[in-house]
Amino acid sequence: MKLIDKMINCTVNGMEITVEKGTSVLDAAAKAGVHIPTLCHLNLHDLNAVNQSANCRVCVVEDDNSGRLVPSCSQEVYDGMKIETDSMKAVMGRRTSLELLLSNHPQDCLTCVKNLDCELQSLAHEMNIKEIHYQGEKMQHPIDTTSQAIHKDPNKCIMCRRCITMCNDVQTVGVLSPLKRGFDVVVATAFHMDMGDTSCTYCGQCVSVCPTGALAEMDASSKVWKRLNNPKKHVIVQVAPAVRVALGEEFGYDPGEISTGKVVSALRRLGFDTVFDTNFGADLTIVEEAKELVDRIEKDGPLPMLTSCCPAWVQFIEQQFPELLDVPSTCKSPQSMVGSLAKTYYAEQNNIDPEDITMVSIMPCIAKKAEAAREELSVEGHYNVDYVLTTRELARMIKEAAIDFNTLRDGTFDQLLGESTGAAAIFGTTGGVIEAASRTAYEMVTGKELKQVDFKDLRGIDGIREATIEMNGTKLRIGIAHELGNARKLLEEIRDGKSHFDAIEIMACPGGCIGGGGQPYHHGDSNILKKRAESIYKIDLGTELRKSHENPMVKKVYKDFLGSPGSKRAKDLLHTTYSAKERI
Amino acid sequence: MRKEILDTSTLDSDGLKKIDAYIDNLSGNKEEQLIHVLHHAQQIFGYLPKNLQWYIAKQLDMPSAKVNGVVTFYSLFSEEPRGKYTVSVCMGTACFVKGAEKVLDRILELTDSQKGKMSDDGLFTVQDVRCIGACGLAPVVTINEKVYGNVKINEVDDIIRRYKRGEKHAS
Amino acid sequence: MRVESLDALKKWKDNIPSPDTKTIRILACAGTSCLSSDSDLIIERLKEQIEKHSLDTKVELVRTGCVRLCGQGPLLLMEPEEITYVKVHLDDVDEIVEKHLLNGETVERLLYTDPKRNEIIKAAKNMDFYKKQKRIALLNCGSIDPWNIEHYVQNDGYEALATVLAENSPQDVVDIIKESGLRGRGGGGFSTGMKWGFTLQEKSDEKYMICNADEGDPGAFMDRSIIEGDPHALIEAMVIGGYATGAKEGLIYIRAEYATSIEPLRKAIEDAREYGFLGENIFNSGFDFDLEIKLGAGAFVCGEETALIHSMEGQRGEPSTKPPFPSQKGYRGKPSTVNNVETLANIPVILRKGAKWFSSIGTEESKGTKVFALAGNVRNIGLVEVPMGTTFREIVFEIGGGHPDGKDIKAIQIGGPSGGVITEEYFDTPIDYDSLDSIGAMMGSGGMIVMDEDSDMVEIAKFYLDFTQDESCGKCTPCRIGTKRMYEILERLTNMEGDPDDLERLRTLGENIQSSSLCGLGQSAPNPVLSTMEYFAEEYEAYAYRTKKTKYSVDPEKCIGCTKCKRVCPTDCISGDVRQAHTIDESECIACGACYDVCPKDAIIKP
Repeated sequence: MKLIDKMINCTVNGMEITVEKGTSVLDAAAKAGVHIPTLCHLNLHDLNAVNQSANCRVCVVEDDNSGRLVPSCSQEVYDGMKIETDSMKAVMGRRTSLELLLSNHPQDCLTCVKNLDCELQSLAHEMNIKEIHYQGEKMQHPIDTTSQAIHKDPNKCIMCRRCITMCNDVQTVGVLSPLKRGFDVVVATAFHMDMGDTSCTYCGQCVSVCPTGALAEMDASSKVWKRLNNPKKHVIVQVAPAVRVALGEEFGYDPGEISTGKVVSALRRLGFDTVFDTNFGADLTIVEEAKELVDRIEKDGPLPMLTSCCPAWVQFIEQQFPELLDVPSTCKSPQSMVGSLAKTYYAEQNNIDPEDITMVSIMPCIAKKAEAAREELSVEGHYNVDYVLTTRELARMIKEAAIDFNTLRDGTFDQLLGESTGAAAIFGTTGGVIEAASRTAYEMVTGKELKQVDFKDLRGIDGIREATIEMNGTKLRIGIAHELGNARKLLEEIRDGKSHFDAIEIMACPGGCIGGGGQPYHHGDSNILKKRAESIYKIDLGTELRKSHENPMVKKVYKDFLGSPGSKRAKDLLHTTYSAKERI
Repeated sequence: MRKEILDTSTLDSDGLKKIDAYIDNLSGNKEEQLIHVLHHAQQIFGYLPKNLQWYIAKQLDMPSAKVNGVVTFYSLFSEEPRGKYTVSVCMGTACFVKGAEKVLDRILELTDSQKGKMSDDGLFTVQDVRCIGACGLAPVVTINEKVYGNVKINEVDDIIRRYKRGEKHAS
Repeated sequence: MRVESLDALKKWKDNIPSPDTKTIRILACAGTSCLSSDSDLIIERLKEQIEKHSLDTKVELVRTGCVRLCGQGPLLLMEPEEITYVKVHLDDVDEIVEKHLLNGETVERLLYTDPKRNEIIKAAKNMDFYKKQKRIALLNCGSIDPWNIEHYVQNDGYEALATVLAENSPQDVVDIIKESGLRGRGGGGFSTGMKWGFTLQEKSDEKYMICNADEGDPGAFMDRSIIEGDPHALIEAMVIGGYATGAKEGLIYIRAEYATSIEPLRKAIEDAREYGFLGENIFNSGFDFDLEIKLGAGAFVCGEETALIHSMEGQRGEPSTKPPFPSQKGYRGKPSTVNNVETLANIPVILRKGAKWFSSIGTEESKGTKVFALAGNVRNIGLVEVPMGTTFREIVFEIGGGHPDGKDIKAIQIGGPSGGVITEEYFDTPIDYDSLDSIGAMMGSGGMIVMDEDSDMVEIAKFYLDFTQDESCGKCTPCRIGTKRMYEILERLTNMEGDPDDLERLRTLGENIQSSSLCGLGQSAPNPVLSTMEYFAEEYEAYAYRTKKTKYSVDPEKCIGCTKCKRVCPTDCISGDVRQAHTIDESECIACGACYDVCPKDAIIKP
């Protein structure tokens, strides 16, 4: 088809424009420089996460030819369409829908977790709502705080269904559904079960797209403050790779701005006694995981081996594919490895009673909160990690303490667990863990130095990717999936014996940890995720050492304490087990 | 609640076998037949308790939340046990203008029950229903299959008493 | 036995013994209304008696679908004279057998009395109720045994299908239906031919023909009557529709509340398969088509076509935004045509008699007939099929016989929860899609409720709003929260807790729900309120300004002091001596209406 056949003409508020056939009214208007407010609309089309159900009716505009209101998010432009975004009818329609939503909303904005970050609140401001004309009964549902990770307040739900799109269509977990109908309709778990009782993976993607405060993380900051204020406690903090490329957004920096040094300083100012780097744990994970992979290849399986850093993904396989629990690597996640060593090796070296150590993690992830509470991830009665704060919670604590983030000087991580390589940095993005593992596995298998460390085939944003790496004549077949719906496809292949991979990396969130459920809100802008990923690779490129096994502190830990990779002590402290769970 | 939902031992095993057989016999996309499966299950068990919904979800390999979403959307599916007699008062327009609401209130009073909830004696579930298409007989009350037309408020006592008595004789 | 051609069909038809070989044919109505008055027991008893008296060779008993005069049921039509017995009781059966069947006498006391002229009318065709009716959609309803395929074939059944498959291309069929001017009978009145044309032009390996039998409007039961009374007509139409649009599979989505309708339909589908009207290579044409029944589960919104499709897919019946239309992306994402039962019932007749014939009936823009379910404060309650263009007055006063007690008729509600009210000044409007639209009402599926002077229009509007807000799927904001808020305002008003501002609030909210809801249910939900607000503003104002009289009182001029009211009053608030005018203490009156019901002299004044 010639381009000319694909183009159609329309007017937006009297301005003539030409757009491609299939363009939505919303996009056409944007092309004409006209802003249309939206609410339920979510379009992360490059990540396959699109909520276009046209249910909030906030984006309605008038089609001047028919005189009818149409939802601009889902209505395609037709040739000759005359769009009026600011007609009285359109303005009144939008306003009425918004007022109706507000009439059924608790007006507790001042103390709401989403205050000033709430799309409903912004719209009310934008549309100059000063009075709600239609008052009446409001929803009254219990607030669910039963899970370690997700705080659910259905009374703040506006039924946009973005969360349902994420949970059902993108992640294929299916924990959330609309129940009942009419005014009584509510987004809920089956039978209004407690979140903690469901098959929720706690990936937090529902939270990351929720426009209001209906879904949020379980805030651990008050507990952390308490520990920080307890002089008897030695409070250690660790920071995940994806946090340092996102936290800045909360303080007005451009997406992707790297703020590692400021993060460290901020944590010190908050009163943490020791600041470790989860990246150290990432390097350690790679060494253990590469060893496990090499062993599994040599001992004929089981293959493929799947990475195990992502806690949402671990929950997912335990519930959805209980018959495949021998495929994930037994390695603990980096946060648990750091926690485990902090309460053993570090405690021993510094003569601190592990009982007095509080391990806090700063994570881009909500599921890490649930991971920290897994009994498997404890040593001698001490949980590897005591509290997990998301990037957002940390930002709130920094603001609460009135720390001027922008003027902080750069700090550096503490030893013994503060050193890391470029390989660890890329853990934060899809493809990064397997690339890091490949760098180490290559040298383990071939005994030769890897010159070209960038495995560009493994990078990218496609939901499922594959690549083959040559190692001394043997070919390592690698699969990568991000988003659990894509993971499901790979797992089904493994289950049905159709898989042709040796190693697979899975991350639950779109784009990997940089798109984690605990990150600053992207408000539907996938460019933010791309910028964060670019910065991750920038950190890798700028680091002198780029292979995990070259991390001098990792070498030291093996020499002083663990022995060799895969040793008995390493197995005890750094590996874990999985158990099947019934899916609800 | 998790335990309660996962425990299907409280459900009649023959009934579950019937559901299994019904599902096995479905052709094509089984998820698409969910509403038919639920109708069938409700016929066997009388209602759709939570553990039964979970069981069906498992057999159809779909999330329970989705099943529960469908069950709670349609008014013919019941998550509550139902009385021996289902008393339905038609609330169609014709019946409404002829006083169906008063008839409903009186029946609730007589059966000592709340709308949609089984009476404590297990005899009655009283509900209002949409037009049943017998407007010539308005107001209309049905008790199980039996239809009562042109029901006058003072006849209600008699009708309900008969069902209560019937139960005594039967037991 | 497979019927392979039109000739074979005609041969079969000719060999079916015609009814007049027996002297008496009894058409016993087994429509829903009659069934609920024990017509099945009556039929059973008749059968026993016919056997007992060895009348089998002389009498043919036919269990038919709805005979339409539901308010007079159970009904028995005795052919050939068409003597019609009304309100028949089980106890009457023996007498009918004795007198009518054995002695050739008429059971006078079971005949219909014309209430206006107070004269006895023997034959149904002479009743006012039937005189003005014209049957197309209900052609065979009440005249044939729906369980017996031979009855349908005898009435030219499946001839349209045989002819179409032999002689017409799908495009021909689409053109004929377009030319006939048939418009959808279930809602907005879109051209059926155009709808079929849209699906036909879509290129797809899979297409679906869907029948919407989710009749959910309170007060409407025409679709049910067609399914129960003439299921083969529906099947024939579905096959033709499948052929015309390129669908090989048909689905009938039927509300589960209609359990009794489903059985004759299932039987009819089985029979149609056996004779080769469904299945592979129908009439040796190479065209394959089969039917499946899909059950609803109680949701009014599933009458909306996209919601219906989602429900058929096993999901919550929530509508989705159009476009894409079902003709582009319907069931299983494939092009689908959704037509309602009454629309389809016209198809075989149109194809047999021609588009010209059909388009000669009705008005300029609305062709053919429409079936209305007449109910409320009207003498003859039942199904009425009349040519488009018939006036309200004709339907309510001539066919319906006016008010049973001669009271004034204040309004006619048409179109159920999506429709509006028609007032006296519009009673002479010829009914068609466009005239209704212009007066703020809607054809809907054709429920027609007559309301007399005692009806409280605000209460009635509230009733409809209660219905729609309860049946709202909850997907879009205006319908989910807006209808609830409208209902709350109405409740406030009728509880005398509202204020004058509520009227403006109600109107603005209603208009915005109309303009911005996602589907037809939401867009039309405010209609009953807005239309009553327009025509009965004073009733709303009486509530809003709290001047509405809510208590009963006694007209001292009419009261004869019989004390009947005093005796029934549950709160003992009526006083007065025997043969003296009574009075009601308004502070104690609970407005139950018991006094009003028992007063022999119309002396109680309703609020």
